[in-house]
Amino acid sequence: MRLLLGSLFALVVAAVVGLGSTYLALSRGATFAPLAIGAWTAWPKTGTVDADPYAQASIARLGRLPTALGDGVSFTASADDKGRPFDGRCDVTLTGVTPAARFWTLTLYAPDGELAPNAVNRYGFTSQEIVRRADGSFEIVVAPRASPGNWLPTGGIERYILVLRLYDTAVGVATKAGREVPMPSIAVGSCP
Amino acid sequence: MIRWLLLALGGIVLGGIVHLATIMILPRTATQDAYSRLARSVPVNTVTPVPTPTPRSAPMPFMDPAFASAVCRYDLTQGPLKLSVPVSPAYTSVSFYTRYDVAYYAINDRAAGRRVIELELMTPDQHSQMPEDEDITAADRLIVESPTLTGLITIRALAPEPGLMPTAQRAVAAAKCTQVEMPKDSQIISGPKRGFARAPSSSPAPDSAPRAPASG
Repeated sequence: MRLLLGSLFALVVAAVVGLGSTYLALSRGATFAPLAIGAWTAWPKTGTVDADPYAQASIARLGRLPTALGDGVSFTASADDKGRPFDGRCDVTLTGVTPAARFWTLTLYAPDGELAPNAVNRYGFTSQEIVRRADGSFEIVVAPRASPGNWLPTGGIERYILVLRLYDTAVGVATKAGREVPMPSIAVGSCP
Repeated sequence: MIRWLLLALGGIVLGGIVHLATIMILPRTATQDAYSRLARSVPVNTVTPVPTPTPRSAPMPFMDPAFASAVCRYDLTQGPLKLSVPVSPAYTSVSFYTRYDVAYYAINDRAAGRRVIELELMTPDQHSQMPEDEDITAADRLIVESPTLTGLITIRALAPEPGLMPTAQRAVAAAKCTQVEMPKDSQIISGPKRGFARAPSSSPAPDSAPRAPASG
């Protein structure tokens, strides 16, 4: 009886620890070798055959196709430079420049990867649509209400993710965070 | 007390094994991964345009809405595949994924350096069974080896402005992926090697030699 109870206990511990850690690892998107620049994070290796088992599992679970490294690199951000998470009811400002790439796109997603519905059907920008300053830098305002300049509507959703994809770029597995990869800075502004 | 602590420790070690096993098995058993989703609606070995994502419906999560895209779900058991993608004005890319959604190759219009990206996709077996002379005469042929028999090719063209989306959609819709026909001409030297058009597991030498002259 004691043996049965004991082994049952051990098995329950094993199931909780094993499945719980798998769930946590996949829901947090924990994979190795991230390239973190400011608030932005990319996993260039995920787009290659060397994608680690965690990356493969999270890709299979989400049902997405990763950006292949020969195509581009995608950076995601879910909080600003100070670590404050994005809130669709607040104004968030992106300022700066991007690393050298032939094209880039910026897209706003709900945390599950769906696009956020909004009145003007705008879900992102491409590098050609952006209005820039004289020095080539830009400012994008991510906000629920219309604003002048480059306005990306949030549709008022509570949480969202920004994805900046660089296409045909030299940024890749060998890239180190530094001066040659300048990413736009992100600041959460006023909230109603 | 010590007994229960030891049991808990054993449970934690076993839990670690369970964790690793589930992570390794998950891609093999997932039913909602990109390949499985597309396998339900996309025919095999043809290019099918994929609708651009909207908030209400998206074929996959995290698709880039600035791109027109199409997929070719391939199956190489019957032979290699030929892919031709006309280049759109802005940016065109072709990415290859295994059955388990691992990206193993990608090329864009600039890397291809032509108006039409032309590729051949085959398994390593089919590649090694290719007649050598054919390999040499076509030195500019781009051959991609697929690690799995089935998989996905995504063809994507960027619309830098919303108004250019129809152009990009036309470009990806004109892409073609076709099964390479079984070579019918029978050269005596390369005859026994011609088995690459059928399943690589069957022994090609004995049965392809008599059949090749009969069909051609």
